[in-house]
Amino acid sequence: MSGWSELSGDAVALRGANIDTDQLIPARFMSQPRADGYGGFLLHDVRVGDEGHPLNHHAPQVLIAGRNFGSGSSREAAVYALVDFGVRAVFAPSFGDIFAGNAVNNGLLAAQIDEELCAALMEALGDGAGAARVDLAAGCAAIAGHDFDFTLDPVRREKLVNGWDDIDLTGQHMDKITEFCGARFAAHPWAMPTPQ
Amino acid sequence: MSAPMTLLDKLWDAHEILQRDDGTSLLWVDRHLVHEGSHHAFAKLKERGKAVSNPGLTFGVVDHYAPTRGGAVAPDIERMMVTLGENARTHGIRLFDLMDPGQGIVHVIGPEQGLTLPGLLINCGDSHTSTHGAFGALAFGVGATEVAHILATQTIWQKRPRAMRIRFDGVLQAGVTAKDMALHWIALLGSDGAQGHAVEYAGSAVETLSMEARMTLCNLSIEGGARMGMVAPDAVTFEYLRGRPFAPSDFDAAEADWRALSSDAEAAFDREVHIDAGDIAPTVTWGTSPEEAAPITARVPAQDSLGSKAAHARASLDYMGLEAGTPLDGVTVDQVFIGSCTNGRIEDLRMAAKVLAGRRARVPGLVSPGSSRVKRQAEEEGLAQIFTDAGLEWAGAGCSMWVGMNGDLGESGKRCASSTNRNFKGRQGRGARTHLMSPAMVAAAAVAGHLTDVRPMLEGRG
Repeated sequence: MSGWSELSGDAVALRGANIDTDQLIPARFMSQPRADGYGGFLLHDVRVGDEGHPLNHHAPQVLIAGRNFGSGSSREAAVYALVDFGVRAVFAPSFGDIFAGNAVNNGLLAAQIDEELCAALMEALGDGAGAARVDLAAGCAAIAGHDFDFTLDPVRREKLVNGWDDIDLTGQHMDKITEFCGARFAAHPWAMPTPQ
Repeated sequence: MSAPMTLLDKLWDAHEILQRDDGTSLLWVDRHLVHEGSHHAFAKLKERGKAVSNPGLTFGVVDHYAPTRGGAVAPDIERMMVTLGENARTHGIRLFDLMDPGQGIVHVIGPEQGLTLPGLLINCGDSHTSTHGAFGALAFGVGATEVAHILATQTIWQKRPRAMRIRFDGVLQAGVTAKDMALHWIALLGSDGAQGHAVEYAGSAVETLSMEARMTLCNLSIEGGARMGMVAPDAVTFEYLRGRPFAPSDFDAAEADWRALSSDAEAAFDREVHIDAGDIAPTVTWGTSPEEAAPITARVPAQDSLGSKAAHARASLDYMGLEAGTPLDGVTVDQVFIGSCTNGRIEDLRMAAKVLAGRRARVPGLVSPGSSRVKRQAEEEGLAQIFTDAGLEWAGAGCSMWVGMNGDLGESGKRCASSTNRNFKGRQGRGARTHLMSPAMVAAAAVAGHLTDVRPMLEGRG
C-alpha cells in the first residue's frame, strides 16, 4: 500500500448521523474478491436510484460526514469501498472505533472535527463539491474556504504517510512475543485449549 | 498495597507484551475465531507469504453464510464456505463446518464449546465479539487487516479504552429481559454513547442474570459504541463452563485463578451510569439506529423532543414508514424472526416458546437456533414443536436474517419484528424495516400481528 502526506482534490458533504458500515457497503457484496474493486459498492443501496445523491455527481477525495460515521459492523470492506471510490480522508465529529482502526490500515484518514465546524463545512459545501487540501504532516486542512487543524495520533500519522499496516511494525518484536507466550501458558495452563 | 484495579485493567495487564511510546499496547491473543468473511485476511497473509503463527489457538466457524433452510446453495455462498475450509486445512485450523455437530454462530459456539473462558483475550473479525465478555474475558471485534495481523503474530495493537461501568440495580419486571436492559441504556446514552470505552455491567440485576442473558447484554455493547462489554465471572459462569468440551482439565485450578477477576471495591471508573432495573419496560426500536428505541407503552417520539437527533429521526421514520405520535403497541408487522448471536440461545427459545405455546402466529416467521446443539436441545424439549404448531418455520443454525448474507432476507417495505441487534437501513434486505426487541416480544408480535406488550400474554404462565 502506498502512503501519502498531502492531497488536493474535491470535498463533498454526506448529510446525516450514523452512516453505518452496512450502508457503506451492503453485506451481499462482501464475498467479491478485492481485486475487482469495491468502489461501485460504496453506499450502493442509498446512492443507486437517488438522482440527487452527491456521489452520483462527484468523485471526491475528501468526505465531510455526521457523527458516528462507520459505526456498526467490523467489515473492513466499508473502508475498501471508500478507498476504491477514491476517498482518502473523512472528517466527522465521531467514528465507530473499529472503523477508525480499519481506516488507518488502508491509507484512509479518519479525523475528528467538532460539530460546529462540521456544520459550517456542510453548509459551505451544500450539495456540491468544494476544493480541499489536506496536509498530514502539519495536521491541517483547507476545505471550501475553511482552514482548520486536526489532531492525529503520531503512530497513525506514521502509518498513513508510509503506507504501513501493523504487520510491518510488529516483526521487530517477535522475540518478546515468543517469550510472553511461553510465560503465559506456564503460569496459566488452563488458557491452552485442550479438547476433552 | 497496589492501587485498586478495574476488571478491564486486570485483563489488560495480563495480556500486555509491551507498550509503544504513544501508549498503544501490543496484546497477546489467547483465542482467535475466524469465519467465512475472513477470506480477505487469509488473502493478505498469502500476499505477505506468512503462515498462521498459532493454529492451535485459532478456530474456524461457518456461520455468516450458512444456509439455514435446505435447498440449493447459491454459488458465491458455496464459494465462501469452500474457501474457509481450504484456508483451515492449509493452516491446520480446527474448523466447525456445516457437518460438525458443534456447528453454529461463532458467538454461540465459542462459549458452548468452552473455548470462551474468563481471563482470556478473544478476537474475531466481527463486531459482536463483545458477547464473549460475558465470561469476564477481554473480547472485541477487529477488521480484516487486524485479523491478518493476529493470524501472523497472535497479537494485536490496541489502545487501552477508558473504563465505564453500567450498574443495573433493583429487580427486573416479569417479561423484561437482558435485551430490554441493553436497548434501554443505548436509548439513554446514544449509539455512540460508550465510544472509546469498555463497558463493565454490574449490579444486582446483572448478577442474577443467566449466562445466556449476560451474553445478550454484552453482545449489544457495540450498538452503544463500546467495542468491549464484560461481566465479572462468578458461580453462574463457572457452573455454565464446567464439563464443556474445551473446558480446562484442571477446572478447579482455573476457577481459583478466575475468582480474582473482578473490579476492586475502590477501583475508579472514567464513567459510571446507574440504572434502576425496575424502571425498564419491554423495549422496541422504532427507527434505523439501535438508539431509536422506546418502551412498548410509548409512542413514536415527536421530532422536536429529540434535539440534535431530530434530522436522523425524520429520515428514520421516513424509511420505517411511521409517523411521530403513533402508539408503538399496534404497529402491524409482516413477519417475525427469532435467532442470531444476540438471542439465538436455548433460554431465548424457551422464552419465545412460553409465549407461543397453544397460540397461533398471525404472520409468517422464521426461528433459527444459534447452533446445532441449541437446535437439538430445543427439539428434545419440545420447543421446536411449539414453534411449528404456532405456524412458524423452524430452520437450521446460522446467522440467517441477522445480516441476510445467506439469502434469508426481508422484502422491501415489509416490517419485521426481530430478535437481532441491528435495525440499520437495508440490514435485513434492501428497504426492509426492522424492529428490534426481545425474543418474547417477537413472539408476542407474531401472535398479535403487531408490536405489543408481552407482559399480559405471560400472565398465568409462570
